[in-house]
Amino acid sequence: MSEDGRTVRIIQGNEATVEGAIAAGCRFFAGYPITPASEIAELMSRRLPRVGGTFLQMEDEIASINAVIGATWGGAKACTASSGPGISLMQEGVGYAAETETPCVIINVMRGGPSTGQPTLSSQQDVYQARYGGHGDFEIIALAPSSAQEAYDLTIKAFNLAEEFRVPVYVLSDEIVGHTRERVVMGGKLEVLERVAPSKDGYKPFAAGPDGLLRGMPAFNDGYRLLVEGQHHDERGIRAGDDIDKSATLVQRLNDKVRQNIDRIVDIERIDLDDAEVAIVCYGSTARPAMEAVQTARSKGIKAGALRLRAIWPFPDAVLSELADHTKTLIVPEMNIGKLVLEVQRTAGGRATVVGLPRLGGALHTPEEIESAIIDAVKGGKAQ
Amino acid sequence: MNRIAEQYLRQETLPMIFCPGCGDGTVLGAFLRAVDEMKISDQLALVGGIGCSGWMPVYVNADAIHTLHGRAIPVGIGLKVTRPERKVVVFTGDGDAIGIGGNHFIHAARRNVDLTVVMINNSIYGMTGGQMAPTTPSGATTQTSPYGNPEQPFDACRLAEAAGATYVARWTAGHPRQLVKAFKEAIDHPGFAFIEVVTQCPVQAGRYIKGGMDAPEFLADIRKSVVPVAQAERMTPEELAGKTRIGLLHRSQRPELTQQLAAIRGGEKR
Ligand SMILES: Cc1ncc(C[n+]2csc(CCOP(=O)(O)OP(=O)(O)O)c2C)c(N)n1
Ligand SMILES: [Mg+2]
Repeated sequence: MSEDGRTVRIIQGNEATVEGAIAAGCRFFAGYPITPASEIAELMSRRLPRVGGTFLQMEDEIASINAVIGATWGGAKACTASSGPGISLMQEGVGYAAETETPCVIINVMRGGPSTGQPTLSSQQDVYQARYGGHGDFEIIALAPSSAQEAYDLTIKAFNLAEEFRVPVYVLSDEIVGHTRERVVMGGKLEVLERVAPSKDGYKPFAAGPDGLLRGMPAFNDGYRLLVEGQHHDERGIRAGDDIDKSATLVQRLNDKVRQNIDRIVDIERIDLDDAEVAIVCYGSTARPAMEAVQTARSKGIKAGALRLRAIWPFPDAVLSELADHTKTLIVPEMNIGKLVLEVQRTAGGRATVVGLPRLGGALHTPEEIESAIIDAVKGGKAQ
Repeated sequence: MNRIAEQYLRQETLPMIFCPGCGDGTVLGAFLRAVDEMKISDQLALVGGIGCSGWMPVYVNADAIHTLHGRAIPVGIGLKVTRPERKVVVFTGDGDAIGIGGNHFIHAARRNVDLTVVMINNSIYGMTGGQMAPTTPSGATTQTSPYGNPEQPFDACRLAEAAGATYVARWTAGHPRQLVKAFKEAIDHPGFAFIEVVTQCPVQAGRYIKGGMDAPEFLADIRKSVVPVAQAERMTPEELAGKTRIGLLHRSQRPELTQQLAAIRGGEKR
């Protein structure tokens, strides 16, 4: 440990996630083993009791997310972790957390699907599942780490955002990030949002401030006499499912509270974008070869850059729109059939050429593959 | 309104959704009397599943959460382990507990986690309009068994005991006094406590299963079909055919989950 309380270790992304969660104040974990996320449950089972927390291995992922919801109202910061099939089973619970504004974190170490699919290899196939996996209209937040260090940093951030926005927050890790051992700096002065108990004076648990957000987070058995209701409800938590106005108001707010405060969520890294003609838009593990490709292209005098999204949901429309105004071509490498590229196309609105670089099968793009897409784009640009 | 109703009901959530003649009101009344005698409303954490029965917590002036269909028990576990002093009581239906939520039910019993689970057995899916439940008798007609139920029902109490529950009782909506006692025992019991309450459901089960019985007829029919455990012990298998045993069916002691977790946390088990 260094003087400022920081430690440096060489650890897997999955372990970094666990350490990030604990540093963020997570004191409850419920989960069910699944490759490539199992190390998170294993390490939580060792670590949590030592910090006064609780680990439970549940009978399935449905029980896991619901136990997380119970633990959150019980007063603990809580999370679960899984992959493909398990995340599918959790969807009803994630929607419940969104409806009841239950802060919680869901770590998805993505693998290839559909079905049991590809347990041991990586993918980014579940980016839309995170956003649209549950029924009904609601917004979530999703962060996508590209390294073990970010698995640590973004897990802490995920807990903070869950508390601030009172939403389920996904950490969309993947098999490559989860299993790669790298240097991670941990501890020191961390920004952690502590849970604040709301004042009981005239308290309405689901009455939002002007920004659409609920203030603080109460716990059961602290004298609030809470009513948490999964049906549409009013500011007191009382069922209002048959009230058209109150129902519309609630659902609108559940969406607006994330969308309208997107400036507090956007998290991007810009690399060499100032004069770039071609930009790689990337996230998660595909950002790794993308960064290398940009460097190589630059060394050859090509005006390439990259925009790396650390927060992919809510999608940073304004950032992409602005990028499209200044860049000729946007290239989107993804380990899926081509998903977030559709968001890039939508926001680019025809003002830049958008090229998808989808990849299936479980192997990461090579830097050369991305570099040749950059070169093709530059050539194509000249020919135009 | 009597004192108990005034003191313990969450007035803003009234009137209740229960149909006229429903047994759920009787069960809720007995529960509130137990809470009053035990003076524990501050320690209560009430959890409801989805179904008519799952609405009970909503009407009580205590911390309450109305969860998803079948998922009340895992939510209850999350509440319990984060603060073991709280008294978690789960209200669930027969479909909620041993249909869609059956896996959670048996595993909570196996863990012997200190919850009180109250299952309303109206032998039907009441809320959704009278479809067959895992408790619907063989041959019974419902909205989804028009030619008679081809399946056989669960005995939820035997299931609970086999899975490891350490307090198991069955009563009916015709036994409010016994229910008050059972609630008190179950809440005080340090482990997974299960109470099945056989109730009349005149609007759904009465119409579809019982050939149009009204509430008093339905309740009389339930009373005829049950035998207290002590009496059942003296009866022959022939005499017991078609009868349901009521009373305290099982009580035992074994390690309870939150205590085991505390020992791990405290280092005694590390
Ligand atoms: C996942 C899911 N499936 C189906 C339903 C619809 N549903 C609501 S209540 C219910 C049955 C309730 O029956 P039971 O648990 O016996 O409770 P009762 O109404 O009889 O008290 C069903 C199927 C639902 N809400 N969620
Ligand atoms: Mg029922």
